[in-house]
Amino acid sequence: MARLKTPEELQNLRQEILSRKDPDNPCISICAGAGCVASGADEVIEAFKNEIEKQNLTTTVDTKGTGCPGFCEWGPVVVIYPKEICYLQVKAEDVPEIVEQSIKGNKVVERLLYEDPATGEKAVKESDISFYKNQERTVLCNNIKIDSKSIDDYLAIGGYSALAKALSKMTDVEVLEEVKKSNLRGRGGAGFPAGRKWEGSRNAPEPIKYVIVNADEGDPGAFMDRALLEGNPHSILEGLIIGGYAINSNEGYFYVRQEYPLAVENINLAIKQAESHGLLGKNILDSGFDFKVFVHQGAGAFVCGESTALMTSLEGKVGEPRPKYTRSNIKGLWNKPSVLNNVETWANVPHIINKGADWFTSVGTENSKGTKIFSLVGKITNTGLVEIPMGMTLKDIIYKIGGGIPDGKKFKAVQTGGPSGGCIPEDKLDLEVGFDELTKAGSMMGSGGMIVMDEDTCMVDVARYFINFLTDESCGKCVPCREGLRQMHRILTNITRGKGKEGDIELLEALSETAVEASLCALGKSAPNPFLSTLRYFRDEYEAHIKEKRCPSLSCKELIAYYIDPSKCQACMICARKCPVEAIDGGKKKIHIVDQEKCTSCGTCLEVCPPRFNAVIKLSGQEIPDPLPEEERMITKKSKK
Amino acid sequence: MSEIQFEIDGKEVNADEGMTILEAAQRAGIFIPTLCHHEKLEPYGGCRVCIVEVEERGWTKLVVSCVYPVQNDIIVRTRSEKVDRIRKTIIELLMAHAPDSPQLVEMAKEYGAVRDRFEKDPSFCIHCGLCVRYCAEVAKKNALGFVDRGINKEISFIPEIAAKECNDCKECFPLCPTSYLQACYVLTEGLAFPSPSFESAQGKNNNTEGNISINSGGGEMTPSTD
Repeated sequence: MARLKTPEELQNLRQEILSRKDPDNPCISICAGAGCVASGADEVIEAFKNEIEKQNLTTTVDTKGTGCPGFCEWGPVVVIYPKEICYLQVKAEDVPEIVEQSIKGNKVVERLLYEDPATGEKAVKESDISFYKNQERTVLCNNIKIDSKSIDDYLAIGGYSALAKALSKMTDVEVLEEVKKSNLRGRGGAGFPAGRKWEGSRNAPEPIKYVIVNADEGDPGAFMDRALLEGNPHSILEGLIIGGYAINSNEGYFYVRQEYPLAVENINLAIKQAESHGLLGKNILDSGFDFKVFVHQGAGAFVCGESTALMTSLEGKVGEPRPKYTRSNIKGLWNKPSVLNNVETWANVPHIINKGADWFTSVGTENSKGTKIFSLVGKITNTGLVEIPMGMTLKDIIYKIGGGIPDGKKFKAVQTGGPSGGCIPEDKLDLEVGFDELTKAGSMMGSGGMIVMDEDTCMVDVARYFINFLTDESCGKCVPCREGLRQMHRILTNITRGKGKEGDIELLEALSETAVEASLCALGKSAPNPFLSTLRYFRDEYEAHIKEKRCPSLSCKELIAYYIDPSKCQACMICARKCPVEAIDGGKKKIHIVDQEKCTSCGTCLEVCPPRFNAVIKLSGQEIPDPLPEEERMITKKSKK
Repeated sequence: MSEIQFEIDGKEVNADEGMTILEAAQRAGIFIPTLCHHEKLEPYGGCRVCIVEVEERGWTKLVVSCVYPVQNDIIVRTRSEKVDRIRKTIIELLMAHAPDSPQLVEMAKEYGAVRDRFEKDPSFCIHCGLCVRYCAEVAKKNALGFVDRGINKEISFIPEIAAKECNDCKECFPLCPTSYLQACYVLTEGLAFPSPSFESAQGKNNNTEGNISINSGGGEMTPSTD
């Protein structure tokens, strides 16, 4: 590929790519994101390619593996353009039928369409599915349209036009002003206005400056950045180059975690393609602006998502936060002004340059503009990635997009903001999602994790789980985080095991205060949040565990007992046979009894007891009724009346 | 260098630009407790006991004085109810590891810290990093470092370097607030130093490859603290 020398050449190339394809010809897009690949997308792609070849359709039909569109619960996802027919949970054996009906013919394969669980209606198009219909997809929408390994695909949808516009029609100051005006806030956690961060670096006297992509996504259950890195790497790269131009930096870095091998591969490929097209390197599109980009793989430490730890790690040192009180946009990587923004933040930049700050600010709340991607996981019907306009209520996200709680269970709480975020209870579901709104509710936006919990979830155990994660991930440099979390984890574990003591809550509060006020970095300062937010909304659960040794959600193993209701037991022997520790005594026609001494509370008996008997129950915090006397345990058949 | 004027505990203090609050306080004879600070070393900000209250344009915040740069007209309070409470908790957390460290015992008295408030983890090291940083920054030998992270983090001598350098130096020994460093050194010396015969054999034959694969003590052992 010859280097593109001017914006006109870029435009000509785009036209040439578009002219190669007839927009009316079918294009089969198969999600090749991590979730769909895990459900067999690779075989589906292979099957489509073979089938298309077999049917001699290769000249008219385009088949490609694309980025993740987000509907992971129903993967592998296949969308056939231009009709936008969306097939879900497609298997390789479905492929011949799809090609026959929808490519050669003009029909749809009904059984592979999405069926609305409430109405039973089938949705043909992606945009008709309730999961997608209620989203506003700016950043994610292109994932399913492009092969992430093809720069031509990105160019075809207008890729790098924002860069060309910035370099040829805008001064660096104008680019900066546009981003400032858009009030784009950092999507990585803290929500700091990106424009102000950029301006600080730009105005710093040091001539060498850096721009960095924080792609060290490490929250449990979060995969927003992964989907973008794997699915649309050029969009992030384009944003980064524009950022470099705005702050007069000639060098950029991707800090990607090693656990995302496909992301690393795609980013490296994107950089190579951009270089060969002249969109990176010297004198980009004849603007006089030089820019180069490097990729650095992180070794999987959660703390390296923290800005100063990330930069220390990028310098080749142990990834620990710096104790300095100077902002890294003034003194960052190698002590030079460095703008570090999250993947999603950078991916928003080309849209802002192309469509303008006014377009961007038309969506969102007063202080949170634009859209935000969340990974909606946990006890939710439609697991996946959702992009919503800021200001949408939690209720709409969970029920309209997420489809509510499965199995008829009751909603209990939603955890936002990653491990150091907080849990929001049911009576706060009308909360409009925004940076300040979530913080006010005791949680935070974080990078966009959203874990839904149902009535079976113990909130004390949730706090214990996240504190355990943070204890593992603490770098260990400062005392309030390292030692405070160690003790908090110990106390919380004791509480969930029925060993809680009077005064434990106060002790946890003291440790939280110390960590919040005295920790070195943001990880430590926010680490007590899982405890503080669950205490704020679910104090009664803590007290039940400590005072009554009772787990209200019947979930903490050491606080529950399994009991067989003698009036319901039909002595069918199923539970007795399945019990892994032989804790169930009984025989044919002899009512079963759980030997509490032997029982390990694994719950197998409850799972296997036939629903029509429903004899096994969980008890917590109450006396287990005495077993029936031996002579009353025999079931005598009642005569039919 | 321009002069900065501000207030610590009601006393007017002059400092040079770029100084930390701790340095300015020490020069003015005002005491702020520290554990990980050493005048010859870069500020580390690890122990957090030098936390103080700073009032700036009506806003009060807590900062650690060993890294916070002085500014004109700030008001610093080295003690307050909150500062004392946080110092007390930090000391108590560290006493779970080294309950008899003289420095901690003395601070515990000042702040009313309870020795047994938290369950013990007698690892003795409080991770102040004085030894590691002194060896790297002043002695410039890098004979020991931190290994692992978080609650599993511990100091560890690198036997091949320590065997050569430490015997004649040991300047870090008196810096350790808990004496764990000395124990760690003795353990490494006893268990993991390369044997003299190996050393001399290596001296005779410089072409030997892989100079750390053999030692007399039994593999690559580092003293366990569990």
